[in-house]
Amino acid sequence: MVSIKLKGRTIARGSAEGEVLLSRDPISFLGSVDPQTGVIVEESHALAGKSIKGKVLVFPHGKGSTVGSYVMYQLKKNGAAPVAIINLETEPIVAVGAIISEIPLVDMLEKNPYEVLKDGDLVRVDGSSGYVETLE
Amino acid sequence: MHLTKEEERILNGEAGETLRKALEILTALGDIYGADRLIPIKSAQIAGVSYKTIGDAGLEWISDLEGKVKVPSILNPAGMDLERWDRLDISPNFAEKQKEIVQAYEKLGVSCECTCTPYTLEGFSVSYGDHLAWSESSAVSYANSVIGARTNREGGPSALSAALLGKTANYGFHLDENRVPTVSITVECSLNRSDYGALGYVAGKLVGSRVPLLHLQDTPKTDELKALGAAMAASGAVALYHVEGVTPDACRQDFEPPEEKIVIERSQLDEVYENRCSAGKEPELITIGCPHCSAAELEEAAELLEGKTVSKELWVFTSRELATRFPEYMETIEKSGAKVVCDTCMVVSPATNRYSCVMVNSGKAFAYVPGMCGAEAVFGSMEACIEEALGGNEGKEKRRERGKEEKGEKKGQEKEKKEGGFH
Repeated sequence: MVSIKLKGRTIARGSAEGEVLLSRDPISFLGSVDPQTGVIVEESHALAGKSIKGKVLVFPHGKGSTVGSYVMYQLKKNGAAPVAIINLETEPIVAVGAIISEIPLVDMLEKNPYEVLKDGDLVRVDGSSGYVETLE
Repeated sequence: MHLTKEEERILNGEAGETLRKALEILTALGDIYGADRLIPIKSAQIAGVSYKTIGDAGLEWISDLEGKVKVPSILNPAGMDLERWDRLDISPNFAEKQKEIVQAYEKLGVSCECTCTPYTLEGFSVSYGDHLAWSESSAVSYANSVIGARTNREGGPSALSAALLGKTANYGFHLDENRVPTVSITVECSLNRSDYGALGYVAGKLVGSRVPLLHLQDTPKTDELKALGAAMAASGAVALYHVEGVTPDACRQDFEPPEEKIVIERSQLDEVYENRCSAGKEPELITIGCPHCSAAELEEAAELLEGKTVSKELWVFTSRELATRFPEYMETIEKSGAKVVCDTCMVVSPATNRYSCVMVNSGKAFAYVPGMCGAEAVFGSMEACIEEALGGNEGKEKRRERGKEEKGEKKGQEKEKKEGGFH
């Protein structure tokens, strides 16, 4: 497999590697995610029952309460947070949550991540330089 | 976004982790919204205070921060009266956590005045054109619209970041081009007092996050503008509105008439008043003071309650500063059996969750109580609210009679569809 490098916009700095988990649905961190385990508990959600812990979580954008930012911080403290996030276009709740939790976040990639990435792909997200790279 | 050398140094961590993250938050938001730079702010008002809303997650984050705020900063309402919390059946565990949150903010130099009406505080003055970083949606609306200051609707972490840096990103309502009205609302009836809350509730749903220019038949008082803006910010997401011939931006500039025009009629406001709790339930709790009561509203409540005794729970919310400044109103209100509650409100306190039908005189509370407190809400004027609290059956009969008389006067022979009518 040839490594692909996609440029994007820096939202939260830092760099991390992990397996991709794609969510077609937006995520409200308040209410949709169990802050202790990282499991998606919103029954109608595309990722219902799955854990976001340790993943490179790809979702379109955040939604719901601004308290979601703090829940991301709690996930991080509990060791249940994703290692990095890729958004189509991020909004303030997730942006702020990622920054305070030190979860690297890149958005607005030059190619649609849903067409380039699939679940389980190993990728590096570099939030400081603003790119995503697939790894062998 | 352009950063000064000093700001670059902070972003590289040379001023410590707290400021680095604070600046990272402001620059990320600035990039998302297309800001060109950071600008100095005069004050900050920080949301994310009630333990009911931010929980352990928020408490942990705030407790981990270090440093001191650089501009006068105060808090949004907490989940309880910080001094007399036990009067509203707040659990000791909740009280403990709530105190920890406020203490964590105080450690950062934030004043622990918890109010949604910071513009009434002495020593926290705001003037036309001031740049602010405020969170509370009704305070943002009041500052932008009634005072002509400039603030976006800041989230808790971004307002605290702005307070720690004394700056915010220059986008949104800080810029002239985003303060121009984009929709006009013509109200085709005369308005009085609580009507403004009802109007805000109706208008907010129609305009969402746009900037409305209102054409009213009357000249509203500041308390009426407060109620109007608070409701539009709750049922919609209005952070700035103009009232032709009344609010400062509208008086100083000749706005182009917006293309989109909305007309609101009396019948739409009446629907707000006519809402009832399901299964014939009557209000068990009556609340006044969303946003927090002004001195004039406290005086009115005191006059209506003077020498009387309430037969239902009546909570009157205000800021601690006003409660301290006007002990005579507090005494009169409390003598009736009603409770004056500071530092909190019916929406963010868990105390409201115990009730299933709540009566309010606020369009904002009317919008939020069902979702935030799991209770149904009934809307009425302050007078009707207090009458309900004094009520018993005698009061209800009176109200029904009066409702009929008023409707009779207004609508002639038109048959009354619903009984009651809290006008």
